[in-house]
Amino acid sequence: MSILLDASARVVVQGITGRQGTFHAQRMAEAGTAVVAGVTPGRAGAAVDGLPGVPVFNTMAEAVSDTGANAACIFVPPPFAADAILEDIAAGLELIVCITEGIPTIDMLRVMPVLRASSSRLIGPNCPGIAVPGANVKVGIMPWEIHAPGRVGVVSRSGTLTYEVVQHLTDSGLGQSAAVGIGGDPIIGTRFTDVLELYEQDDQTDGIVLLGEIGGGDEEQAARFISERVTKPVSAFIAGKTAPPERRMGHAGAIVSGSEGTAAGKETALREAGVCVGDTPREAVDLLAAQLR
Amino acid sequence: MKVHESDARRIFADRGLPVPPSRVATTPDESATAAGEFGGLVVVKALVLAGGRGKAGGVKLADGPEAAREAAEAILGIEIRGERVRRVLVAPAVDIDREIYLGVTIDRERQSAVVMASAAGGIDIEEVAADTPEAIQRIEFDVARGVEAWQARAVGFALGLGGRQVLDFVGILNGLVRAFVECDASLAEVNPLVVSPDGKLWAIDAKLNIDDNALGRRPELEQLRDDAAEEPAEALARAAGISYIKLDGDIGCMVNGAGLAMATMDVVKHYGGEPANFLDVGGGAGAERVSAALSIILDDPNVRAVFVNIFGGITRADDVAQGVLAARESMPRAVPLVVRLMGTNEAEGLRLLADAGIQAERSMDAAARLAVEAVR
Repeated sequence: MSILLDASARVVVQGITGRQGTFHAQRMAEAGTAVVAGVTPGRAGAAVDGLPGVPVFNTMAEAVSDTGANAACIFVPPPFAADAILEDIAAGLELIVCITEGIPTIDMLRVMPVLRASSSRLIGPNCPGIAVPGANVKVGIMPWEIHAPGRVGVVSRSGTLTYEVVQHLTDSGLGQSAAVGIGGDPIIGTRFTDVLELYEQDDQTDGIVLLGEIGGGDEEQAARFISERVTKPVSAFIAGKTAPPERRMGHAGAIVSGSEGTAAGKETALREAGVCVGDTPREAVDLLAAQLR
Repeated sequence: MKVHESDARRIFADRGLPVPPSRVATTPDESATAAGEFGGLVVVKALVLAGGRGKAGGVKLADGPEAAREAAEAILGIEIRGERVRRVLVAPAVDIDREIYLGVTIDRERQSAVVMASAAGGIDIEEVAADTPEAIQRIEFDVARGVEAWQARAVGFALGLGGRQVLDFVGILNGLVRAFVECDASLAEVNPLVVSPDGKLWAIDAKLNIDDNALGRRPELEQLRDDAAEEPAEALARAAGISYIKLDGDIGCMVNGAGLAMATMDVVKHYGGEPANFLDVGGGAGAERVSAALSIILDDPNVRAVFVNIFGGITRADDVAQGVLAARESMPRAVPLVVRLMGTNEAEGLRLLADAGIQAERSMDAAARLAVEAVR
């Protein structure tokens, strides 16, 4: 099996009756994901367009006890999304993928101690989710048709940049063992080092593409981890070389403060750890391809 | 979002911090009047959101109303990091025996809220953190619980404060933590917190940055936004749900997703062009938002070509195509338009564009090169 997700995932979509929730629940089901239920408080019993037989519950606890669900995908608006995560942790879900962008940071800081004390794995928030092409399963919003089963693991702070690299990997015949978007917020449930460790241990993964961006120190932390613990080839692209300092570049976490968080600093740290760093996303894929052939 | 020092002082004072009184003056006369009311030595400070005011000549001591008038004359109208000074803050000066740094912020590495304090106040805390991290006292705390009194006391003693001062310090620290949590701050900082020769503690500066994601539920803080300190096009974009930052180049970029938007700028630069902006239309953007984004880009007179780079996930390619076509109808001026469109509902989006005579690119690299050629 690959990382984080396999065919045994039974997924509940939170916010399934909203426009995005319905649309992406349909796309997940088309990809082969077992979408077993939806949760929208106050809408129990509602029908979901295009997904006959998928029941809607008021609470996650009911969805879990009725369907045996073990994973959630959150499309709940920002003011209520942290609460949805807490509800999922309480319901004992193994995997929680939070797509929602714009959650107040204080809300996520409230979630973190509860998450740490639990056995749930949170991916995101503000992320595209996880795709595992070889198992025909995705939990998230990524366009499925760009993926192809293969042996490269992708891990990224950005959604659309992930798609860009997944497309190159598919076009170049390498495919993906999995693609994981960890999210663009400063406080996230799963970080580069967590996913790198999973890929290192995964026998379906031969090489890794890491997609970072300005802000924070997670890429530097990843570089230290790679030099100590990762034996598989890694290539990287860091977005934001042309970004002005002290400005938040869209993602809440993408900001250079003082000398911290610059693209140059991250590229240097990664290169020193033996990572091939591309000037463009395509180059990062080509550099990895050269090492794998 | 940064709030002005005058507002941060009020917010901190409301939570029990010992903030000296102050007045905001828009003219030298008002500055003189305020100095007269306070009597004695005052400090006149530029009210700008940018940092580095002291080094830029934006902070002056003044002894009496005449000196306060002159100080305001010297400060009003200067530019500090591109921001014109329109107002000054006048406050009684406090005699300083020693200075302490006290701040509450988010530690991304540890994924936690953290109080930071240092006996070396009045300095750049980032430099201290980098050079002598052992000189910083830290309390990581759960925002749902706040900081325990014993933790605050321990920091107070470690800073070398005496018995009575430590009790005051605990109140100040707890007040600052409350300001941080209650205002959804990303930073609440007093730098410096001073000890006057009579042993009293004073918060003589106040800095408060608010988490943009929380402004929706903090309307009273949203009202503190200073529109004049912001690029007008950026304010317009924000109102439309678009993330836009103006740069100096000539290739306008319209992209979905922040990471791809940054990468698009980087790739344009890589192929010899200069991006005119960062723009993320946001996840799930419909035709209307795409159209609004294009007109914001074209309002920048430096823009000589537009590079639309969309890889749909939660955003749908057909919605984007409709937005591009609608915007092209009402384009204020004709510039070359290079479109790269892929992802969710791609076939439908490409068909809409092809029907209107636009041949979209598949590769971001090829499209970037076309955009660079278009402005040569």
